[in-house]
Amino acid sequence: MSDFTPAQTGRATAEPRPVRYLLIGGTTVFVALFLFAPLLTVFTEALADGWRSALAALSLPDARAAARMTLSIAAIAVPLNAIFGLAAAWAIAKFDFSGKAFLITLIDLPFSVSPVVAGLMLVLLFGANSSLGVWLMANDMRVVFAFPGILLATLFVTFPFVARELIPVMIEQGRTEEEAALTLGASGWRTFLTVTLPNIRWALLYGVLLCNARAMGEFGAVAIVSGKIRGKTATMPTMVEMFYNEYLSVAAFSLAAVLAMLALLTLLLKTLLEWRHADLLAATRLH
Amino acid sequence: MNIDIEDLAKEFGPERALHPVSLSIPSGALIALLGPSGSGKTTLLRILAGLEFPTSGCVRFDGADATGLSIQARRAGFVFQNYALFRHMTVFENVAYGLRAKPRRERPTRAEIDRRVTRLLEMIQLPEIGSRYPNQLSGGQRQRVALARALAIEPRMLLLDEPFGALDARVRKDLRQSLRDIHDRTGLTTVFVTHDQEEAMELADLVVIMSMGRIEQIGKPADIRARPVSDFVRAFTAA
Repeated sequence: MSDFTPAQTGRATAEPRPVRYLLIGGTTVFVALFLFAPLLTVFTEALADGWRSALAALSLPDARAAARMTLSIAAIAVPLNAIFGLAAAWAIAKFDFSGKAFLITLIDLPFSVSPVVAGLMLVLLFGANSSLGVWLMANDMRVVFAFPGILLATLFVTFPFVARELIPVMIEQGRTEEEAALTLGASGWRTFLTVTLPNIRWALLYGVLLCNARAMGEFGAVAIVSGKIRGKTATMPTMVEMFYNEYLSVAAFSLAAVLAMLALLTLLLKTLLEWRHADLLAATRLH
Repeated sequence: MNIDIEDLAKEFGPERALHPVSLSIPSGALIALLGPSGSGKTTLLRILAGLEFPTSGCVRFDGADATGLSIQARRAGFVFQNYALFRHMTVFENVAYGLRAKPRRERPTRAEIDRRVTRLLEMIQLPEIGSRYPNQLSGGQRQRVALARALAIEPRMLLLDEPFGALDARVRKDLRQSLRDIHDRTGLTTVFVTHDQEEAMELADLVVIMSMGRIEQIGKPADIRARPVSDFVRAFTAA
């Protein structure tokens, strides 16, 4: 017997056939079972009574108010967090200052804090039991159980997405291209627009898409801060829960299906952009 | 343009990158700042470009105080160690960048920009590569594009940080000669940083040897070889 086995042809990193099949098969089964099947269930449940009743459920005043709320929250929270995230990533990647590591940890905080705790925090800070809340109330400003509270909760929960995507990219790229632009006479603003931004656009886009998906889908923090007042402060995810608890399963799943489609749409958009710009993407990658 | 450096010092926190150094660079000279890493040569070059600001001391361009002059106003053509080409732009766009960044009043017309970029690409003997992206170029080509980009703004001086550091030996020899040619043709005051003594001695009119943030010796290559002022200079140039 020799130790040489003819199976060891091809690349050194290639696993034996059974291992490969096991890995590919395992992944496929997992994705089908835990991602695809639930998604399919949402759509089949929504269409259980046919198209008409699904559409009818979506045109319920409560459902429409919830959709409006979710879309307006995302329309404000996503651009704001894109700007905050960009500013934070820029500060961390391009400047040296003390406390940088602490700032990075702080940016990650919303990931490690349970959204429910985040919601409670806002209620405690702005609610009727705090002096700030009393002062706000006296001046006729409502934060908790109103639009500003929902916005704050969403901002808090979705803050890290853009910054997290940008920081590694910006650190890797360093500052020399910006320095080059400055020595060539470009102003700081022009440098940002023509050098910094084009170099991070893919990471920025991806961060914004993730941020958007979460802003629309956030449940825990929003559920607590909004008080889930139907037609007033309910968002799509909280409305889905309320419909479901009232055994209005077609309404619940129709609304859930719309949420899912928004998520699928963002993914599709990302894939489409990557496919359209594949050449440029390959050409401008780091050498 | 002649450059005068008077008692220039730079501290990064508690660390002294540059002890007070003084140096006079005559107009049109080709100068090498030579020294091991950590000798302060790059810091000095970056201060000249306006990329760093000195802790104390002053810099004069043609006698006028330029210490606080903004990076854009200095018009220093700077070639970075890894060239820092804009990787999302074609070679043409890279070279045109400085011309397009000019204030509207001074900005050349589109046709004029075209003409000047084409001429620069011809000068670096790469007239065909305008539409390529930087990562489709070889190291030597990138270096020449970086040089063309720096020259496009019609700089008052040319500053190069380890311009040949990332290249293999044969390309290095060629490009040395082409830098010398470009310098002689443009007559620009040129300062380049290197840790390679052979390169400095062969290329420069005047060599400034630095160590630990101080200038050890300033002189013509032959004089430095013949009369090193310290053991450090002797050892460093002995190779």
